Amino acid sequence: MSGTYLGMPAFPAAAASSTQDARLRGNLRHATHTIRDKRAKAVAELDDWARLRAAGAAVKDRTLRHLDHYLEQLEESVTAAGGQVHWAADAAEANAIVARLVRETGEREVVKVKSMATQETGLNRALAEAGISAYETDLAELIVQLGDDLPSHILVPAIHRNRGEIRDIFREQMARWGRPAPDDLSDAPAALAEAARLHLREKFLTAKVGISGANFMVADTGTLVVVESEGNGRMCLTLPETLISVVGIEKVVPTWQDLEIFLQLLPRSSTAERMNPYTSMWTGTTDGDGPRTFHLVLLDNGRTDTLADTVGRQALRCIRCSACLNVCPVYERAGGHAYGSAYPGPIGAILTPQLRGTASELDASLPYASSLCGACYEVCPVAIDIPEVLVHLRERVVQGGRVTRRGVKTVLKPAKGHAAERAAMRAAGFAFDHPGALRAGQRLAARTRRLHPRRLPGPGRAWTDTRDLPPVPAESFRDWWRRTRGEERAK
Amino acid sequence: MRVALFVTCINDTLYPDTGRAVITLLERLGVEVGFPAEQSCCGQPQFNTGYRHLTEPLVHRFDRAFADYDYVVTPSASCAAMVRDNYPRIAAKAEAEGRAGRELARAAASAVPKTYELTEFLTDVLKVTDVGAYYPHTVTYHPTCHGLRMLGLGDRPRRLLERVRGLELRELPGAEECCGFGGTFAVKNPAVSAAMGADKARAVLETGAEAVCTVDNSCLMHIGGTLRRQGAAARPVHIAEILAATEADAREPSRARATEGSPR
Repeated sequence: MSGTYLGMPAFPAAAASSTQDARLRGNLRHATHTIRDKRAKAVAELDDWARLRAAGAAVKDRTLRHLDHYLEQLEESVTAAGGQVHWAADAAEANAIVARLVRETGEREVVKVKSMATQETGLNRALAEAGISAYETDLAELIVQLGDDLPSHILVPAIHRNRGEIRDIFREQMARWGRPAPDDLSDAPAALAEAARLHLREKFLTAKVGISGANFMVADTGTLVVVESEGNGRMCLTLPETLISVVGIEKVVPTWQDLEIFLQLLPRSSTAERMNPYTSMWTGTTDGDGPRTFHLVLLDNGRTDTLADTVGRQALRCIRCSACLNVCPVYERAGGHAYGSAYPGPIGAILTPQLRGTASELDASLPYASSLCGACYEVCPVAIDIPEVLVHLRERVVQGGRVTRRGVKTVLKPAKGHAAERAAMRAAGFAFDHPGALRAGQRLAARTRRLHPRRLPGPGRAWTDTRDLPPVPAESFRDWWRRTRGEERAK
Repeated sequence: MRVALFVTCINDTLYPDTGRAVITLLERLGVEVGFPAEQSCCGQPQFNTGYRHLTEPLVHRFDRAFADYDYVVTPSASCAAMVRDNYPRIAAKAEAEGRAGRELARAAASAVPKTYELTEFLTDVLKVTDVGAYYPHTVTYHPTCHGLRMLGLGDRPRRLLERVRGLELRELPGAEECCGFGGTFAVKNPAVSAAMGADKARAVLETGAEAVCTVDNSCLMHIGGTLRRQGAAARPVHIAEILAATEADAREPSRARATEGSPR
């Protein structure tokens, strides 16, 4: 890993190598199964879960339908509360705004609360290029940063690492960034946490600028909300003099009352807790308490384009709980890096090709990174029908069609590399619509069945590398029916 | 009650025994079953791979083939789910795109309510769980994803299996996890598909059961193909073939297997 998702191979190639990594598979299996079992118990405690889920989806849908209205209301509220609002059309613009805001403080170091939006924009790298060091303070993000690695899970970015690997990273890398790890550091979780705590405390106490994301933004009051477990977020949100929050525009909710729904849905789906340990809320600035200056950077980066798609827009309901990752059998085997973006797993497979488009080979492969088993839809706390969107995006990849890119309606051409498949699908479509042709094919297969090779060439090879094909029977069902029962009986 | 068998393309071509088992079973229960030759594929391979427009003629075909029947019974949860969940979507989208009028919507609307997966038909329409079957083997049941999550079959297959005399049902560890077939997924993402299949095969072997049973031959093709490549003894068997089996078959195994394709 080199700290960027750019230039990564298409999903099947990346997954082919990660599935060979026994340690990675072990780490992922252990972590995802533990959390999925806990989540199921936490959700089962609430008898109105189905109604909460429907309410969450409804609030998100209603807000998205009137997104322009709520964002303007949010801007007014934030401004009235003493904050400043900046609008960023894409990742580069968001990063440039943040870099400028940090430079204006005269600081060269910032502490960060874990934020998916800034992972999406690659902010740390952009800040480094501007001569600014960004320190991640979430334990798992710290592990990823120290290891010059990439996050591979939304909730547990270092899910692919076990304790021994983390101890080695701390021992070898902490000194480079600040307070070193103790020489005799063991791989006991308490010892690892203590080493991280001591290392991070220095950062919290010296940083003048904090950067965060937000789980929710309340339009009506201009309040931002961060939900977290470790308390590092609370430190970053309250200790620095300047706070810069980078938030996707879909995170807005109309009122405080709406939080009631999401603060039940999110922790149980995400960490399997009844309530997360820290819920921090801040509204602009307040004299004598917390940051003196507050900036809100509202990030579009493909979100309004996604909103323009009536099927795909449901992906914008996502509250980043990661429940879909933890139940996904594909994620469990392939690992998060194979998805090549900040958003791995089933939600990444539908969100990334919408935010970034399907032009690259990787992005065009993501809608196919699923067996359509439906487990993700079943656990999603805001009822995103991920399989529906996957199929919808597959259609976009192979057939092209009308899409909105950067606010402009355009017609997408089919992706390259699907010509043979398209021909095969058309041929199958023809045969299926002409039962005579289908029967002729079946008879040919039956007559030549002793000649069928055990291993197939071409695309079929992928099948016969690990599986035996069933033998073709001597007689198809329809031939058996005709032979024994004659043509269709009188009705 | 006019009942038609929708055998599905995969069963028609590769697993005719399953279609024959459905006929045997339903006729034993006193149901007269027709097989309209005009039927073909539900269109799922095309639909799930992104070729929705190619499925539109198949929606019409399905409607035409089964127009004269009250019920369409299929030994495939996946294909039943395709008809019930996706035909209305296909019609709605085609209409929105101006490629089809009300006719496609009418075809979909006529197909949806009468299409039943086999175990649903037995438990919900015929209201039987004891189908008089005898199958003296240990069996583990894998609830396929589309049966479990799209159709919501729940414990219907299990209720049927529990009434089969001689059958010992063994719990499958991680039963609700996908086996990794996923139609063209198995070809497009072979490494992940194979890894999922290997884990499922291991779970099957852990049960020590003689057979693994599902409501879908497509999943069984994948699980069974993996087991067979490993030289494992556990064999794949469609639930219809278990439910159709009787003591006479057990006495004369050749009778039940007489028409089966010869093994290679």
